[in-house]
Amino acid sequence: MSNLLEIRNLHKSYGDVEVLKGVDCTMAQGDVISIIGSSGSGKTTMLRCINMLEEFQGGSISIDGEEIGYETAGGQRHRKKEKEIARQRALTGMAFQQFNLFPHMTAARNVMLGLMKVKKLGKDEARSIAEKWLDRVGLRSRADHFPGQLSGGQQQRVAIARAIAMNPRLMLFDEVTSALDPELVNEVLQVIKALAQDGMSMLLVTHEMRFAYEVSNRVIFMNQGRIGEEGNPREMFHKPQTERLAEFLKTSSFG
Amino acid sequence: MDIAHFLDVLWLARFPILKGLGVTISISLLAICFGTVLGVFVGLALTYGVRPLRWIVRGYTDFIRGTPVLVLVLASYYVLGTIGLDLGPFQAGVLALAVFCSSHVGEIVRGALQSIPKGQTEAAKAIGLTFPQTFAYVLGPQALRQVLPAWVNTAAEMVKASTLLSIIGVAELLLRTQELISRSFMSLEFYFFAGFLYFVINYAIERFGRYVERKTAVPS
Repeated sequence: MSNLLEIRNLHKSYGDVEVLKGVDCTMAQGDVISIIGSSGSGKTTMLRCINMLEEFQGGSISIDGEEIGYETAGGQRHRKKEKEIARQRALTGMAFQQFNLFPHMTAARNVMLGLMKVKKLGKDEARSIAEKWLDRVGLRSRADHFPGQLSGGQQQRVAIARAIAMNPRLMLFDEVTSALDPELVNEVLQVIKALAQDGMSMLLVTHEMRFAYEVSNRVIFMNQGRIGEEGNPREMFHKPQTERLAEFLKTSSFG
Repeated sequence: MDIAHFLDVLWLARFPILKGLGVTISISLLAICFGTVLGVFVGLALTYGVRPLRWIVRGYTDFIRGTPVLVLVLASYYVLGTIGLDLGPFQAGVLALAVFCSSHVGEIVRGALQSIPKGQTEAAKAIGLTFPQTFAYVLGPQALRQVLPAWVNTAAEMVKASTLLSIIGVAELLLRTQELISRSFMSLEFYFFAGFLYFVINYAIERFGRYVERKTAVPS
């Protein structure tokens, strides 16, 4: 069976600054992987490359064996057509640090937009799927509220419902609790945990070390654009192999 | 001032005045409609256009916005004829105003689009929307709400600028009024009356803008 996600020798630069210096990573169906590391280590960039929100200059990313974003023909690597990239983006779902809900639409409409315009479902079917997922994140009663009427934690849960309603192969979470007040963090983590228990494959960039420890079956420690260390959370957190990781854990909330 | 006499003259001149009012409204409506449609494309090009296109459109808006409307009107009527594009005064006038309107609307649209956080586009991309879909359902509706107040302003400016067409002989409200004054010598009364009619048109535009603003307001 081919891997769900396969990243090979990923290189990414912003101008002269190289942020990813050759990252390799594979992920199987049902894996829950947390990416940790200090800011600037490239964890968010890596996640954004998988969703083609960032261009990358070298290496390849495949989902179910299908190469994302670029194709090589006649020795020339070039970007796929926008329409094709849009389709491939829907293979993954993404939740953002800043939620990014559409402020002019109700919670239900936010979830329905992709279902209707990308999956071409009818309005009624889209609505019932939206309600099902809003129910799953505990917000059925808020379906007709606008984002401005919801708390940060509620907005983030709607954003997760919006991504997951598209039935992606893989969910990407980009520091989804970093912008939340401390008392709202838990409700969002509970939702993610429940999704993990359902067997959803996910890749999480997070600063919540205890959560990473509890929810993931593998942890990747990013360090200066490379994978510094990876393994199961128990070994990584209790017996770090590298000086860098030991230092990072000491200064993080896990220590 | 004799009110009865004024009303008498006004009644006798009702048809020319109504015709002038009709011409003023047609000029304004056409200029605003064409100018807005063109302006949306100008705004899109300024925001998302590839570099050479963006430069050309930027040059266009800066040039037009830096030129007095009267000069545009005169140029459109007298200069276009010399290059073989012979427009009547009405068409030439509408063209000049629409071009002027488009450069203003273009800037307003650019400002509105650029003020929308990047995260909106990213979230739309992440659920698999193409760019045209992102614009139609995510960016456009949000930009519309921001554009409205400034757009109402521009529309009112166009109505006022339509008076400049009297100079190239378009029989709009101001020219009709002036003709009437030259016959009746009641300049104060009829300039006031014309001013009142312009006010009514602009007030209607403003109410319409408010109405759309209220209708599209997002609860929070």
